[in-house]
Amino acid sequence: MRNIFIFIRRYFVLLSFLALQAFALWILFTYNRFHRAVGLGVASEFTGSVNAQVDKVDDYFHLREENRRVHQVNDSLMNLVSSNFAQVDTTARAITDTLRLTDSTRDVRRYLWRAAKVVYNSVNFEKNYLQINRGATEGIRENMAVLNSDGALVGLVVAVSPNFSQVMSLLHVQSRVPASLKNNNVFGTIEWSGEDPRFLLLKGISMDVKLKKGDSVLTSIYSYNYPPGFLVGRIADIKTDKASGFYNLKVRSAVNFNAVQQVFVVENLQRTEQLQLDEATRQKMEQKK
Amino acid sequence: MSDLVRNILRLAIFIFVQAFILDKVPNLHRFVVPYLYFLFVLWLPFTTPRLTLLALGFLCGLLLDYFTMTPGLHTAACVLIAYVRPFIITLLSPKEAQEFTFREPSPKAMGWGPYSIYALILTFLHHTWLTFLQWLDFGTFMSFLIKVVATTAISMVLIVTVEILFPRKLKFRTNTA
Repeated sequence: MRNIFIFIRRYFVLLSFLALQAFALWILFTYNRFHRAVGLGVASEFTGSVNAQVDKVDDYFHLREENRRVHQVNDSLMNLVSSNFAQVDTTARAITDTLRLTDSTRDVRRYLWRAAKVVYNSVNFEKNYLQINRGATEGIRENMAVLNSDGALVGLVVAVSPNFSQVMSLLHVQSRVPASLKNNNVFGTIEWSGEDPRFLLLKGISMDVKLKKGDSVLTSIYSYNYPPGFLVGRIADIKTDKASGFYNLKVRSAVNFNAVQQVFVVENLQRTEQLQLDEATRQKMEQKK
Repeated sequence: MSDLVRNILRLAIFIFVQAFILDKVPNLHRFVVPYLYFLFVLWLPFTTPRLTLLALGFLCGLLLDYFTMTPGLHTAACVLIAYVRPFIITLLSPKEAQEFTFREPSPKAMGWGPYSIYALILTFLHHTWLTFLQWLDFGTFMSFLIKVVATTAISMVLIVTVEILFPRKLKFRTNTA
């Protein structure tokens, strides 16, 4: 026993070094798996308040660009106001993110949009996150989609604290987003190679599909998280992979990730119901076996 | 200014510069990420006890980690250099901490040669460990090697620039204080 104490006293610095190192590695690896970390909720309250202050200054450098964009969006929204139309026909309704359920004359809201502001953002790492100034108290939950003021896809909320949320950017090597081509609705997956922040990858499109440079890539209708039909990017480069029979498509992102400021957080109000149905189906089929 | 106040200010400034300027400059190349914040660990006084060094390295790394949202990554690298630091200092200028005429490592205290070797070794260790941890779940071995070398080079340029631009007015240690 005495020898153990002597040993501990002699190598105390080394032991505490190993302990701290092990602790650091532990939080690093658990974080990567679950997108969460020890005390991240508490810490993001602090970093969030610092970020918000710095962001106030940073805003002035982007005012002109942001004004132009907000003006454009306002312009396009004004055109959608119902008073512009003599008659709202059924095709116009489909665009306003509604689903018609039991009553064919009643619209049911499916997506709820909330405005938010980006307070921290990075593009230089392999795993980039944004932090936005809305959190659990404003109703933000995990797995809500984030779109910028042009309505182009930015990422997905992965962690929430009372007043701030972390958004996994599309520029994240673990990001997988279902997407489809605008022309023929063929769907694939948007990923990122971790290299150039301007370009994303579109995978899973087989080589018999006809496409050309400049084709638009939209968010897919087959997704619980993302609202369908919003721009992700445009095809910039087409390569074929003979071995797998799939295209290797380079997509120029519609979002300039260096200058994301105003964003929308989009909630799928029917997500829980969809997931429950999915789960129930799976259980039912397994019981039958 | 006492050592304590000076170092708290330094930590705040280094983390601020790293999180809001160096991490945000449009990247020169995907291999080159400018790192400077760990200079805080390099600048701690000679007399800092080794346990305190470890704790401060941990704190410094964790603080930056919460800004870059990679908890544990920079912490691990900082703890490593905080642990190795005393050995390097003993190797480069073999005397007792009390015998140094200056309080903290600087080109003036150690001479440009030993100081740059000291900075180079710790920078290299820091970047190797950091990039290695990143590389574990992403990337190829070649990109790992190039990235270590490139980030070390850019960090050394930054460190030398900082040393020239902001020469620290270090008082001689006196036995009256």
